[in-house]
Amino acid sequence: MGKTIDLNGKSYSVVPEVETVQQLLEHLELGNRILIVEKNKEILQKDSYDAPIMDRDQIEIIHFVGGG
Amino acid sequence: MLQIADKRFSSRLLLGTGKYPSFETQKKAVAVSETEILTFAVRRMNIFEESQPNFLEQLDLEHYTLLPNTAGASTAEEAVHIAKLAKASGLCDMVKVEIIGCSHSLLPDPVETLRASEMLLEEGFIVLPYTSDDVVLARKLCELGVHAIMPGAAPIGSGHGILNPLNLSLIIEQSNVPVIVDAGIGSPKDAAYAMELGADGVLLNTAVSEAADPVKMAEAMKLAIEAGHLGYQAGRMPVRDYGVASSPLEGLVPN
Repeated sequence: MGKTIDLNGKSYSVVPEVETVQQLLEHLELGNRILIVEKNKEILQKDSYDAPIMDRDQIEIIHFVGGG
Repeated sequence: MLQIADKRFSSRLLLGTGKYPSFETQKKAVAVSETEILTFAVRRMNIFEESQPNFLEQLDLEHYTLLPNTAGASTAEEAVHIAKLAKASGLCDMVKVEIIGCSHSLLPDPVETLRASEMLLEEGFIVLPYTSDDVVLARKLCELGVHAIMPGAAPIGSGHGILNPLNLSLIIEQSNVPVIVDAGIGSPKDAAYAMELGADGVLLNTAVSEAADPVKMAEAMKLAIEAGHLGYQAGRMPVRDYGVASSPLEGLVPN
């Protein structure tokens, strides 16, 4: 049974080989981007990307955009 | 030198990164402006669309200090959340507190700005609140221990220039931290005027990004800020109501 998470406000089916936040970022080809991850409303520091992805997790991927 | 907390900067121009016609233009404008501090906003990544280039990722971050803003927040709690997200990038520890209290004028909410500044100082951030030009509010922010005060010249993106120079002067006079005039700058004369009033720096975005030639305007702003600062240091002449001859009145040549 695959995992389904809420990813940036959309329902997203996680492939079985993705088990951690870091693996999710690599799967999405975001591994070398400047970004911030929030998992279940908790901000993850860079050294916590080995956190497991669980069914129904709520993941937000956030970045910097132009602004004044 | 402009010093904010323990950071020192040669440039007194802080540049926003929004609304440029292209990345190429923006890169050139940033380079000629010689700015060392760039502001950014924090947003959800659009991961379901084809990867779009990100300006920040095209910069050599060694050369710039990033100043994320809390734009989008309408309460202190929201602003603190955005600031914490930005800090978790591992790229910055400064934050521009920006809490809008009026959707038409985009003027900042003074009460929430004060609350957020206090909360962020407790969290250990270097705090630069964008505030109205209210003198008492600026004093209270200083008393909290913020690292710079950023009063607006006029509403964000309005290009009106400095609407209340007297208030700005009073804020500058009483402040024990750098005063950076932020928002409402429209043209180089506005930036020069802010610096002549004794401001320590100017933060602007639209005045450059919406100029017909943003690269040329970036250079103009750099020069205006330098000229205004030099003029402030030089000390201007007094203003008089009547003319005073510059040429001697003695030794006039007879007809």
